[in-house]
Amino acid sequence: MARTLRIASGQGFWGDWLEAPRRQVEGGPIDYLMMDYLAEVTMSIMQKQRARDPAVGYAKDFVPLLERLLPALVEKGVKVISNAGGVNPCACAEAVVEAVQRQNLGGRVKIGVVTGDDILDRLEELESHGHPLSNMDTGEPLASVRDRVQSANVYIGAWPVVEALERGADVVITGRVTDTGLTLGPMLHEFGWAPDDWDRIAAGTIAGHINECGAQCTGGNCLVDWEHIPNMADPGYPIVDAAPDGSFHVTKHPGTGGRVTVASVTEQLLYEMGDPTNYITPDGIVDFTTIRLEQAGEDNVRVSGVRGRPATDSLKVSISYLYGFKAVGTLVYAWPDAYEKAKAADRILRERLERLGLEFEEILTEYVGVNATHGPLAGEPDPDIAEVQLRIGVRARDAAPVRRFTREIAPLILNGPPSVTGFAGGRPKVEEIVAFWPALVPKSEVQPEVEIFEA
Amino acid sequence: MSARKVMLLRVAHARSGDKGDTANIGLIALKPEYYPILEEAVTAERVAKHFEGMTKGRVERFELPNLYALNFLLHGALGGGGTLSLKTDAQGKVFSTALLRMEIPVPGGLDVD
Repeated sequence: MARTLRIASGQGFWGDWLEAPRRQVEGGPIDYLMMDYLAEVTMSIMQKQRARDPAVGYAKDFVPLLERLLPALVEKGVKVISNAGGVNPCACAEAVVEAVQRQNLGGRVKIGVVTGDDILDRLEELESHGHPLSNMDTGEPLASVRDRVQSANVYIGAWPVVEALERGADVVITGRVTDTGLTLGPMLHEFGWAPDDWDRIAAGTIAGHINECGAQCTGGNCLVDWEHIPNMADPGYPIVDAAPDGSFHVTKHPGTGGRVTVASVTEQLLYEMGDPTNYITPDGIVDFTTIRLEQAGEDNVRVSGVRGRPATDSLKVSISYLYGFKAVGTLVYAWPDAYEKAKAADRILRERLERLGLEFEEILTEYVGVNATHGPLAGEPDPDIAEVQLRIGVRARDAAPVRRFTREIAPLILNGPPSVTGFAGGRPKVEEIVAFWPALVPKSEVQPEVEIFEA
Repeated sequence: MSARKVMLLRVAHARSGDKGDTANIGLIALKPEYYPILEEAVTAERVAKHFEGMTKGRVERFELPNLYALNFLLHGALGGGGTLSLKTDAQGKVFSTALLRMEIPVPGGLDVD
């Protein structure tokens, strides 16, 4: 039997379970540890951090996490692929170099850095080349928000990861490489698939899609029989066990909690899905209606049959720009008449905001415990409901009205409806809103670069 | 045998997420034999009606018979989406179970747990 390749998922987002990567490395044999840190919101947070301090702007906790794992990674020959580099992959790599030296592993770990996704300094140049970077949803040209742009990153695919591996990297740190590319990259490298082997590229992309959200395919957030999924205090994170023909198994280490079933994998496959026949990545297009799933054993799902189509000539760009400000305030009303009191407080607050002449783009009231998640579908609450949380949010282009709003919540405790509590957290925080502008740029305009850092 | 109504929760499971201001809901049959019933009953029109007042744009439906699943896109459902949204569920994470509240007719002879 041809050898298989085991790619383990260690993080599904920035903020995921810190224990997971270590358990993936120590729990059994793996070849690669994939850690996905990036989402649009994450990129904007990192961008703000870099604006304050040019030495940051990456997933900072990746470095101590990796440092603890380094001796085991080197001993077992496990390679790491991660987009922890965020908006500052080189700074992240330099921090990793220091970590390698602290562990006395100098000379034994090569770090590959993938850059070229950051096009913030090239927006004018691209516009002058006739690319208006129009908003994919609204069609507006970027010029309308140009002076408020904070960051601009192209989603790049798996091939620069392959290049880093070919040049001997043991740890590959990237900027905005797609989530799926982090798993596809090692498959392309190890199996030597051709750039136009669209079906296998599609299969590797599906493997990446399954891996990219960590335990969300191994029993986490799984609706089916959720109360009986075993040992969720110690969930096994997914491992893709891939064959050169493009088929693979989804599994987890023995003895871990959670559950890998056709149901758990199907839920993850459909997560954040658009048109399933046309899932576009920089590496190729995937048709999700060709996927075959079968339960091959306990905690073992076989994935096969995936078909793909050629990649497009464009890359997606995520541009973030300053939009405005928002704040959310909450108060808790207790029985009796909890819901009626919360509604009265909302009416009073809105009247006060209006008398102050404050203008908002939106004021949204939700009643947590009644309708915050399912809206009108939840129906009317029990008249004897024990408590209701009033949750009011406002959004405006200017900070001033939002700031004034945050001063109007606390007074309600003494000058509004009775039996109210839950204000220990103080005034709501005014948050700056960084919004996203999805656009396309021709592939020919973007040149990903790979650099090797010797530690 | 005559048809009766059951809540989707008894014949399907679901997962939802976001893309900008659009929520997606993957609806998956709990057993392969339930899939044709979902395909017949849970139309885009029916889902749009179910979420009336919660979504501003149109509803699209895609079929994945290979996974015994349907995928719905609810445009304009997330209050602006992402960072703009003031909603508790700004990322559409629980539109999944909101859809499972829907009642659909099933054949009288169908074995539903």
